[in-house]
Amino acid sequence: MEYRGKVWVFGDDVDTDAIIPARYLNTSDPGELAAHCMEDADPAFMVKMQPGDMLAAGKNFGCGSSREHAPIAIKAAGISCVIAASFARIFYRNAINIGLPILESPEASKALQEGQEVQVDLKAGTITNLSTGEVFQATPFPDFMRQLMDAGGLIPYVQQKVAGQKG
Amino acid sequence: MGMTMAEKILARHAGREEVAPGDLVLARVDLVLGNDITAPVAIREFYRIGVEDVFDRERIALVPDHFVPNKDIQSAEQAKIMRDFARKFNILHYFEVGRMGVEHALLPEAGLTLPGELIIGADSHTCTYGALGAFATGVGSTDMAAAMATGEAWFKVPATIKFIYRGKLPPWVGGKDLILHTIGDIGVDGGLYKALEFTGEAIEELDMDGRFTMSNMAIEAGAKAGLIAPDATTRDYLKGRASRPYREAFSDEDACYEKVIEYDVSNLEPQVAFPHLPENARPVREAGDVILDQVIIGSCTNGRIEDMRAAARVLEGKKVHKGLRLIIIPATQAIYRQAIDEGLVHTFLDAGAAVSTPTCGPCLGGYMGILARGEKALATTNRNFVGRMGHPESEVYLSGPAVAAASAVTGRITHPEEVL
Ligand code: SF4
Repeated sequence: MEYRGKVWVFGDDVDTDAIIPARYLNTSDPGELAAHCMEDADPAFMVKMQPGDMLAAGKNFGCGSSREHAPIAIKAAGISCVIAASFARIFYRNAINIGLPILESPEASKALQEGQEVQVDLKAGTITNLSTGEVFQATPFPDFMRQLMDAGGLIPYVQQKVAGQKG
Repeated sequence: MGMTMAEKILARHAGREEVAPGDLVLARVDLVLGNDITAPVAIREFYRIGVEDVFDRERIALVPDHFVPNKDIQSAEQAKIMRDFARKFNILHYFEVGRMGVEHALLPEAGLTLPGELIIGADSHTCTYGALGAFATGVGSTDMAAAMATGEAWFKVPATIKFIYRGKLPPWVGGKDLILHTIGDIGVDGGLYKALEFTGEAIEELDMDGRFTMSNMAIEAGAKAGLIAPDATTRDYLKGRASRPYREAFSDEDACYEKVIEYDVSNLEPQVAFPHLPENARPVREAGDVILDQVIIGSCTNGRIEDMRAAARVLEGKKVHKGLRLIIIPATQAIYRQAIDEGLVHTFLDAGAAVSTPTCGPCLGGYMGILARGEKALATTNRNFVGRMGHPESEVYLSGPAVAAASAVTGRITHPEEVL
């Protein structure tokens, strides 16, 4: 899987309230959630971004609540991939479960500048800064996580398993 | 090689002799939890899996508490998705308005979370049950959906960091101060992907409510779980309450810890965390002059009976400062009733506080006390992120109940000794 897009840069400890404020959690509709994506971190974000763009952030991205509405909002907003120095545990798990591509790379997180063009090869785990030519290697996923991603997320994976048990 | 209690619980539930940090295991869970925000998403995913029934109607807990009693039409629709699901599958532990409470206060109170158990909840503060010696951790809605269908979940076995709290707790210092001090020390990602284990003399002397407060905030250090070994205090709490037999788990003498961190707490001061991260903790006496618009006492962190008592001790015979709103929310119906029976609610009302039926409400900026632009609140809750309690330009400070009550009297962040 390859993605190419412009990168938007955020700092450390971007929390789930910044990604999708709780005042909008009275719905679980992905489109409605996407309309408020990153609103408390950058109120103009949804106006500026283009589908296919990427997020780059510092350490502990997605800390706070377990709300799956956070990766859902990012995915539904059209963000192709999130690159961070590290991810909060539940966000990491949720992103993989719903099939939002994420990559952990402290080096890329440090180097990427807002507005640069980036190419990501998810299988190889490489992040290429097309504006400078630099290439970064992300932390590889454990095998099981890759199986989940290949299946398209946790639900298709469990579907296959349940169907297998029945058959 | 010995194992930590976290490792032992995961090994048992995975049907393995032993596990080590980094192992990926498929484990049977004892309880799966969801609430009115996370369950609707999980229910949608559950139906996609295509199973005919839930794995066990007695091991799923559904608690409408975030926007309930419903704050608007949309939240009413979300709550209804959960209610309909609970009826359809005859879910035993569905808690309706009037019988509910904030989930992490309610489930232990109902005896549904027990030592040695493996519990997942689609809510990050599921780690609260670690106070009883369970391995309990927050997951997302999709994990909840899969577990409702199969009774299982995947875990990466975390390494454990051990904390030893030496010395006796000084007056006015409780579980909230210990955990704020700890997060202030290790940072909001200091426990990322780890299990924390809280030990030492100060923990042994802490009552159950104070222990819940500590484990509750393990996630605020990024941790997967925050465990305390069961002891006489735990067993006392569970007497007549435990809903099923349980088997305690303890760390071996030769268990392997990633790190051991020790604190001497005998001179610890009551703490307050400044905006906008729980790690910005400092002693209340060093807070300076922070004028407040609102004080909230409640939530899954500090809405239990000991918290109500601590607040009442400070508020007894005093008035809430005229420039400020004090909102007190007992976390469950039982705590609410006990606070009435003990006369605490009278003290609150006499002081000029608003007292509400159990709900998460303002804790996550839902309703029942939202902040306007530029307003400042002190809350006994667990998060002070930007916009957490209302307008993105409002501010939230965090403390324990005694400091919150004292601050409600003076109108600014205040050490309890100053008003008593
Ligand atoms: S009280 Fe606050 S932190 Fe606790 S479950 Fe409710 S919203 Fe979450």
